[in-house]
Amino acid sequence: MADTLQTPPAASPAVERLQAPPAAARFRFLTDRKLATLFIAPALALLLFLSIWPLIWLIRLSFTDYSVTRDVPASFIGLDNYVDVITSDQTHKRLVTTLIFVVGAVGLQTVLGFTIAYLISRRMRGRGVLTTLFLIPMMLSPVVVGLFWKFMLDVQFGVVNSFADSLGLGRAEWLTNQKLALFSLIIVDTWQWTPFIMLIALAGLTAVPKYLYEAAEIDRASEWFRFRRITLPLVWPLLLIAIMFRAIEAFRLFDLVYILTGGGPGGTTETISFQVYKIAFFGFDTGRASAYGVLIVIVVTIAAQLYLRYLNRLQER
Amino acid sequence: MARSFKLTTALEIAVLVVLAIVMLFPVLWMLETAFKDTKDIYAVPAKVFNFTPTLDHFKDVFGSDSPIAKGFRNSVIVAGGSTIIATGLGVPAAWAYSRFDIKAKKDQLFFILSTRFLPPVVVVIPVFLMFRDLNLLDTRLGLILVYSAFNLPFTIWMMKGFVDEVPSEYEDAAMMDGYSRFEAFWRVTMPLLIPGIAATAVFALIFSWNEFVFSIFLITDPDTRTAPSAIAGLIGGTTIDWGLVAGSAMVFAIPVLVFAFLVRKHLVAGVTLGAVRR
Repeated sequence: MADTLQTPPAASPAVERLQAPPAAARFRFLTDRKLATLFIAPALALLLFLSIWPLIWLIRLSFTDYSVTRDVPASFIGLDNYVDVITSDQTHKRLVTTLIFVVGAVGLQTVLGFTIAYLISRRMRGRGVLTTLFLIPMMLSPVVVGLFWKFMLDVQFGVVNSFADSLGLGRAEWLTNQKLALFSLIIVDTWQWTPFIMLIALAGLTAVPKYLYEAAEIDRASEWFRFRRITLPLVWPLLLIAIMFRAIEAFRLFDLVYILTGGGPGGTTETISFQVYKIAFFGFDTGRASAYGVLIVIVVTIAAQLYLRYLNRLQER
Repeated sequence: MARSFKLTTALEIAVLVVLAIVMLFPVLWMLETAFKDTKDIYAVPAKVFNFTPTLDHFKDVFGSDSPIAKGFRNSVIVAGGSTIIATGLGVPAAWAYSRFDIKAKKDQLFFILSTRFLPPVVVVIPVFLMFRDLNLLDTRLGLILVYSAFNLPFTIWMMKGFVDEVPSEYEDAAMMDGYSRFEAFWRVTMPLLIPGIAATAVFALIFSWNEFVFSIFLITDPDTRTAPSAIAGLIGGTTIDWGLVAGSAMVFAIPVLVFAFLVRKHLVAGVTLGAVRR
């Protein structure tokens, strides 16, 4: 009540601070139109030079049998590379591996991330400290994360096996067993990126208006009902954004594979990104790697567009 | 009623604590390893508390003939250079996108951000060939350019959010007083954007500091390569000096954690590339 009786705050200080205007303004020749071009063009030029031009080059290469190691000019071979990649058994296997990874890792991250966020949001004290601590893995470089875990999962002296041993569970070849390696990758990725889902879910959870819960309390709604009917529907859009974002990133996974397993054992952890790398930098079959790359770019771009459109719709609401 | 409430609260706290320990353990373990004697590192069963700390590995990291120290120097140059370029190009572009009616503005912005989602392993193939022709392979300049392009979409999106928060009426008022549009931007809006620019630059710095895929493919020369590929290079041989790996990984990670702590208010916007704002 008392608030309404106070005098309104003084007018915006930013306007008061303005100095006396100069007699004749400089840069008058820069009309809005010119200024917009001048400000946007350099940024677009850089993107054109280092994102779009390479992409065009990639598409051009994908129709040839070019190889980096040969000096013979490449010849045009039409859609052969694409047919090769799409019909290859190996591609299908790598795609399955990648999809298992995406579903497993993102699924686990979502469940864990949301749980942690939900538990944190119910705490009054220590919220800031807890959030900060949980966020550490996400800020680390994939190199650092990969090395951390390679060390911890080592068969002989790794701490994970050491603990498992003392608990009487025996040792496991986390990164060299065909059945375990992909699972280990999922665990490591989950460790690094659970904080990401947590952070965004937490942003959604803290934005749920308190009065909704108070109203539910008056209606004697059960805790589960409150969660199901108030919390989840309000957090879901933001959570979905986090999931989509993570799915796109997980789909192009490369760095963890490179450090932890090198695609092995027996190719069981070879993601499609890693296969492209092998074709390009070991097989030196640049043309085929390019065709493969173009296909991945198409998938990722469609996914990114869906993500951004959804985001846009959400923001306009 | 009251008692069961307390019980669930205790349970919730217990679950949180367990999860926090699991999430933090790898970091603590690496930190511990960095301070352990090489002998203790390979001890089976693992030594958790009973070891004598040593600073040997950190001395190795910064030693005069260490490949890592050079990597750190290069990383500072590359991350710093690319952040300056991305900010210099991105801030004006973000302002222009925020203030002017530009044809197909939404599509342009979507297009800009979607370049950031391109898989690095794929983009690196043509970039590698391009840089070979331009003699940019194995140079810091090449990497600076790539990272600038990689950070630019983020900078534009993040900064557009900050510019949108500054009312355009301030600029209108300044122009009414005789300022030109450019002066209104430079003298009125720009000072208000400084905190936002700082936060955005810190994120760009973190992204290029941590980046790894481009750095291993575009630079193989030990003199110009950045810290991530220098550290990754430590595990190439048959024997791995895990103490040195742990030490350099810790030294590498600490600045990032400090910077991340400084911009913690903007983390949600930062990690979603400026797409999600609260």
